[in-house]
Amino acid sequence: MPRRPMGPPPKMEKGRMKSVFLRLLKYIVGVYKIQFVVVVLCIILTAACSAIGTGLLQNLIDEGIMPQIGAAHPDFTRLYQVCAMMGAAYGVMALCQWVQARLMINVTQGTIYTIRTEMMKKMQSLPLSYFDTNAHGDIMSCYTNDTDTLRQMISQGLPQVTSSVLTIVVVFGSMIRLSWQLSLVVIAFLLFIVYAGKFLGGKSARYYVAQQKSVGKVNGYIEEMLGGQKVVKVFNHEEQSKAEFEVLNDELRDNASKAGIFANILMPIMAQMSNFLYFFIAVVGAALIIKGILPISLGVLIAFLQYTKNLTNPITQVSQQISGVVMALAGGDRVFRLIDETPEVDDGKVTIVRVKEENGQLLECVERTGRWAFKVPKEDGTFDFVELKGRVDFKDVTFGYNKEKVVLKDLSLYAKPGQKIAFVGHTGAGKTTITNLINRFYDINEGQILYDGIDVRDIQKSSLRHSLGIVLQDTHLFTGTIKENIRYGNLNATDEEVIAAAKLANAHHFITHLEDGYDTVITGDGGMLSQGQRQLLSIARAAVANPPVLILDEATSSIDTRTESIVQEGMDKLMEGRTVFVIAHRLSTVRNSKAILLLENGVVVERGDHRDLLAQHGKYYQLYTGAFELD
Amino acid sequence: MVKKLMGHIGEYKKNMILSPVFMIGEVAMDVFIPYLMAFLINNGIQKGDYDYVIKMGVMMLVMVLIGLFCGTMSGTHAAIASTGLARNLRRALFARVQTFSFENIDKFSSSSLITRLTTDVNSIQNSFQMVIRSLVRAPLMMIFALVMSFVLEPRLGSVFLIAIPIMALVMFFVIKNAHVYFKKMFKEYDHLNNDVQENLLNIRTVKAYVREDREIEKFNKVAEKLMDFSKSAEKIVILPMPLMTVIVFGVIIIDSLLGGHFIVNGEMEIGNLTTLFTYALQVMMSLIMISMILVMVVMSMASAERIVEVLDEKTTIENCENPIKEIKDGSIRFEDVSFAYKGGDDKDVLEHINLEIASGETVGILGGTGSSKSTLVQLIPRLYDVSHGAVYVGGVDVRELDLTALRDQVSMVLQKNELFSGTINSNMRWGDANATEEEIRHACELARADEFIDGFELGYESKIEQGGTNVSGGQKQRLCIARALLKKPKILILDDSTSAVDMKTDAMIRSAFANEIPNTTKLIIAQRISSVQDADKIVVLDEGKIAGVGTHEELYAGNKIYKEVYDSQMKGGDDDAA
Repeated sequence: MPRRPMGPPPKMEKGRMKSVFLRLLKYIVGVYKIQFVVVVLCIILTAACSAIGTGLLQNLIDEGIMPQIGAAHPDFTRLYQVCAMMGAAYGVMALCQWVQARLMINVTQGTIYTIRTEMMKKMQSLPLSYFDTNAHGDIMSCYTNDTDTLRQMISQGLPQVTSSVLTIVVVFGSMIRLSWQLSLVVIAFLLFIVYAGKFLGGKSARYYVAQQKSVGKVNGYIEEMLGGQKVVKVFNHEEQSKAEFEVLNDELRDNASKAGIFANILMPIMAQMSNFLYFFIAVVGAALIIKGILPISLGVLIAFLQYTKNLTNPITQVSQQISGVVMALAGGDRVFRLIDETPEVDDGKVTIVRVKEENGQLLECVERTGRWAFKVPKEDGTFDFVELKGRVDFKDVTFGYNKEKVVLKDLSLYAKPGQKIAFVGHTGAGKTTITNLINRFYDINEGQILYDGIDVRDIQKSSLRHSLGIVLQDTHLFTGTIKENIRYGNLNATDEEVIAAAKLANAHHFITHLEDGYDTVITGDGGMLSQGQRQLLSIARAAVANPPVLILDEATSSIDTRTESIVQEGMDKLMEGRTVFVIAHRLSTVRNSKAILLLENGVVVERGDHRDLLAQHGKYYQLYTGAFELD
Repeated sequence: MVKKLMGHIGEYKKNMILSPVFMIGEVAMDVFIPYLMAFLINNGIQKGDYDYVIKMGVMMLVMVLIGLFCGTMSGTHAAIASTGLARNLRRALFARVQTFSFENIDKFSSSSLITRLTTDVNSIQNSFQMVIRSLVRAPLMMIFALVMSFVLEPRLGSVFLIAIPIMALVMFFVIKNAHVYFKKMFKEYDHLNNDVQENLLNIRTVKAYVREDREIEKFNKVAEKLMDFSKSAEKIVILPMPLMTVIVFGVIIIDSLLGGHFIVNGEMEIGNLTTLFTYALQVMMSLIMISMILVMVVMSMASAERIVEVLDEKTTIENCENPIKEIKDGSIRFEDVSFAYKGGDDKDVLEHINLEIASGETVGILGGTGSSKSTLVQLIPRLYDVSHGAVYVGGVDVRELDLTALRDQVSMVLQKNELFSGTINSNMRWGDANATEEEIRHACELARADEFIDGFELGYESKIEQGGTNVSGGQKQRLCIARALLKKPKILILDDSTSAVDMKTDAMIRSAFANEIPNTTKLIIAQRISSVQDADKIVVLDEGKIAGVGTHEELYAGNKIYKEVYDSQMKGGDDDAA
């Protein structure tokens, strides 16, 4: 379980902290009303019982023991009575402790579960721009560190703070009841302890920051050097990187030991202060009793001393828990921010369905006919069916990932049904962007994208995306078997269909060479497969989905040219009769496209087939003959 | 294993010993103060002896001061010892990894090595500190409190003798059972993290296939399982607290009952009783602390194992005895070489390779994905050792050559190459630490990197970010080639190192090689046939075997695979433009 190192709590606005806290409370109280009430009752009872038990010490001594000393026939009835009462008090206390802890398990784990699942649900609904602008590590830590600190706060922090505060109040009350004069001495001293703690805490925070900085440097160096360890070997660079590491490592040791010393001496200082308070009260009390200034019994003094001991513990606990609570609230803040993110807009009414033709009429059906239609709702509640052909039009489309930088400017283009359209151009020219807009990974700023004449914004997102198969530039796989990974494209695909798709993508050959074939389990993002093999799987995944329109984004960039020509055959089969958008790095893969669009800075500068473009002797010609690097 | 780790305490041994020693002082004071308190009550208050009270007060003050001193000293030494141990461990690990061969690195993977040097060392540092401080403190406290109880009143002290084994039993039961559930819980935790990570990486795929609901459902299942395991673990973990309360206060009540009788009978004094209460609480706190630390230590054992694994890892490639430091020339000979990656399925990825390359030759290597091109060339600088047969450089078996000398003379640009944070100059000096500016410039000219470097505002002093993310792929490749050239090697190997460089520049680099370093043996692995077409010799690899060796003309005429590749790359736009 990841743990965030203890340190000074992160800065957060007071108002925000309060609202996060209240919201969290709502999560808990909202679902676990009864448990919550019982837990609070238990905490109160625990504190009360503890105070009563300690208070009984006075009765024990003053009433149970002292009066009988020297008696010829001592009467122990009162002693037994008091002991029985103590037993009852502590028995109830133990029971309450258990009940509280037991209930809190369900409350805590249940709440954390709810929060986690809510986060995932929201995360899945967020637009891609969210994932572009937020580091994966930051999103991850919402699920790990942040929920973990929340869990600790709910299960330990909150009950402990509540019970500590209660204990302090109850104990203080009892102390004042026993002797307000001695209580004054205690208050004065406690104020001093709190002040000293604050002073030391501030000091240690400074060292802590220095330590974290060193940790960052050392970790950074380790990551860089071990990540490039093979290069280090090739260049005989071992000794030098060792020497550089020593310097950083020693610096970390110096800062870490300073921070550690401060953290370590805090506890003994607090402990000895509490020891000091303990005997100081004893001495002062004794002096007052002996001098006859204070008319209190020995039993009262002893009980009072025991209270003093009971008091210092919860005070240290509160001070320890406070930083934990603040940290957890900061984590809660991040968690709630994720839950509060705005999901991607999806208000299209048009759906895309499979259809069959009967008597010249299109009818919705479930079987895989290979024909699709847009189901357009009409005002009277009925639907029009418009057959999906696969024509795509961009009309004066302007788009930028953020407001400052426009990637596509007034772009217009079209793809006729069944055509293969290729985009070429430098990195950043906007090739991938165009395909991202068709399936509405991002929404355009101006203009219109039409899918068979229908604005893509009027089409339900899930329908739209189901109709567009996509093979992405970076292929990532899921933990699971190869079969499951291919089946991701169509959850209802039979084993035969999965294998047929793999054959189509020419992945069948390498899969059968794996030890467990299609049941080989992929872990760690398919690390044991080569990039090329992963791409083949991703092509198979698209094949099994069998969509009317296909987008291939650098789908073959990691496959060598010879293998590619083999894959190409399969891909050609896959592309038959479909509208296909191809983005390619290597010009050899796009040569047979119906239309090649050369993009530069978000604008189409040349359009035509391979032969036309070569004949133009323009930019494409230069690219093809190698005067530019495509990068 | 623990012994192995402790061997790295080194110069901090003194601190490691001093910390518990001072701890003894602190604990003693913690126990003596309540003891004196008994006297203060018995002899001072009850007898009304004011001077005695003051005397005791002064003694306790002295003890508090001693306790304070010992406590801070113990804490200080513990901090120095634990951070020192962590430093020595990191140092040893880092040095160990530097000796690793490629095979060793593959076995652990970089990311796992990084975790071992960071997270694992950190966890050891924390538990080590816990052990030398608290694991010393708690039992000491218990023993001291027990002894003092017996000194005060043996009959009451013996109540502890019954209570402590019961408490220990409870603790043992809890730790043993919780451990099982915690293990399950941590595993499920890993699943959960993995699931989130996968979803973040695959978010485009998830959205493209509209699988959001399925992913949510999958995640919910994992989260639910995690919740269930956590509940089971915690149900056990919460038991000690109420049980301890029952036992400790049971002891206090029994003490009160018996003690009451003793006091009334004049066999014991009242102050002793209250001090015994304090001891009872101290014993309970110590036991709780011990159980907490034990749980932590058990958890950090996994880290210790992972660290020792690295420290114990034997380097698979080492210098032989009396290695030869002199490398005559850049000739290379493969003699019946077979190779299999260890730890894999032990399948030979290279089979019976025989190949002769003369010094100064330019050799192109072609082959499909998985034809083991990279593996073949990595055998030359002994990044891996052959499984069978032998590789000769300059006429000597590479296993008899000095590793440093060999790798200085065989310069290799890896397929997955890295630049390091620093400047262009500092990266270049990896090739030659003492290179002059002219030498660097010259190498960059050969690699055609000078054009774009001159375009940078700071020229050769331009910053390179970690992983070279601030230069383009083509620029990075050319910088890596320049860096390799600075070694002035006898053999230069380019493993698909110009894939992101345009064809024209690629050709210019090759012609620069031919003119400027004619005596260096050059091995070029490439996807693009134009990159190897004019080599003296082209080797065609297919599934780990040599499918053909010869010049372009010879191969085009007689090698099916070569012809296929050539045609697939060179076919014009005439057959399929319609």
